[in-house]
Amino acid sequence: MPSVLLKYVMAVTGAIMLLYLVLHMIGNLKIFFGPEALDGYSEWLRTLLEPALPRTGMLWIVRVVLAVSVVAHIVAAIVLARRARAARPVRYAHRQPVQGSYAARTMRWGGVIIALFVVYHLLDLTAGTLNPNGVPGAVYDNVAADFAPSHWYATLAYVIAVVTVGFHVRHGVWSALQTIGLSNAATQHALKTFALVFAVLLTAGFLAVPFAVTFGLV
Amino acid sequence: MKVHLKVWRQRSAGDPGKIVNYDVADASPDMSFLELLDVLNEQLVLAGEDPVAFDHDCREGICGACSMVIDGQPHGPEKATTTCQLHLRHFRDGDTITIEPFRAGAFPVIKDLVVDRGAFDRIIQAGGYISAPTGAAPDAHATPVPKDHADRAFTAAACIGCGACVAACPNGSASLFLGAKITHLGELPQGQPERDSRVTAMVAQHDAEGFGGCTNTGECAVACPKEIPLDVISQLNRDYLAARKARRRSA
Repeated sequence: MPSVLLKYVMAVTGAIMLLYLVLHMIGNLKIFFGPEALDGYSEWLRTLLEPALPRTGMLWIVRVVLAVSVVAHIVAAIVLARRARAARPVRYAHRQPVQGSYAARTMRWGGVIIALFVVYHLLDLTAGTLNPNGVPGAVYDNVAADFAPSHWYATLAYVIAVVTVGFHVRHGVWSALQTIGLSNAATQHALKTFALVFAVLLTAGFLAVPFAVTFGLV
Repeated sequence: MKVHLKVWRQRSAGDPGKIVNYDVADASPDMSFLELLDVLNEQLVLAGEDPVAFDHDCREGICGACSMVIDGQPHGPEKATTTCQLHLRHFRDGDTITIEPFRAGAFPVIKDLVVDRGAFDRIIQAGGYISAPTGAAPDAHATPVPKDHADRAFTAAACIGCGACVAACPNGSASLFLGAKITHLGELPQGQPERDSRVTAMVAQHDAEGFGGCTNTGECAVACPKEIPLDVISQLNRDYLAARKARRRSA
């Protein structure tokens, strides 16, 4: 498959995951309306589109779409990274990056960190196996136990992962817009600014929850 | 002025190659970088050594022959200049300067700093042209071109095919070169009949030559001596997707 098309796969699957992240972040913020709001939201996700769909039907549709996107995104990234490596068999003895932003340079390893975190995150707050509380449906209690000051290492892992996501999104949004052909001389600056603002808002939205729990604001 | 050079020496394509240190004691700040290498080579020939092989032709920044990565940057640290237009006044007396060839699997080293950029010729052969009947030249006013299309085509047509974009790219991609050619011909009425087949064939040849994919990092546009803008890659992507859609419609 041509690299241009693989980039298109990355852009589209990235956009799907990004849409999910935005909804996920908005859902998380329900914690600021109290435990009932968060737990109620979690229950609503399970009853969504009932009775057209069975209970948790919509949840599973979203999970399948996300899983397909994640796999396609990772496979395309691996193929492209291997091509990039093969395209420069002999490295420069002396070469410093001039233009590439930190976000652009950390896309590949950042992606690996995010993937590892997602595995932990699912075991923690979806399956509950790694959660200190781990009661299904008791979302607020699970989150509160997870980000309690005594359980600081989970909070730290979460913060690192979210900041990594922020950088990944900062370059990813801009790169995807360029890949689907939306960038030109007139819009380039605006698109980059949009990507930055988007990434900052997403990061702030996700960080608000663990910080609020750790510092006892909710 | 005095400069210390660390130059990549490689006898042939098969030779592993290495950095060799040289001193040039009597360089002038008014010299171009290629003239500095001429002086070094005089020195080497007088000492009975093999001169450093490097590509050069017009020495006025329009042919795209000179290459080399100077202190980690294709065509050196100055903006919008080729190596032949780079002058020693931009360096300081006593500086150490590292000189390497353009590094890409698709640009194999022939000798020292000379690389084979035939891959670019094969990409052009795949579709970087328009088919026009020979005979009397058509009336210049017969085909109107909107001003912004003409401007954009001209900006892209400034590409001299030197390969600095590939040398600078962290992925060894030739997307900027490819985008420049696609934009140059795609913006003009003469380029329309072959617009879809051009982008499909050129992208296929680009990948077949072993160039990597684009990550929109932007190193290429900074290194480009002709300041080809990064968004030509966006145009390349857009044209490629449009060509695929068109093929599906006609299939």
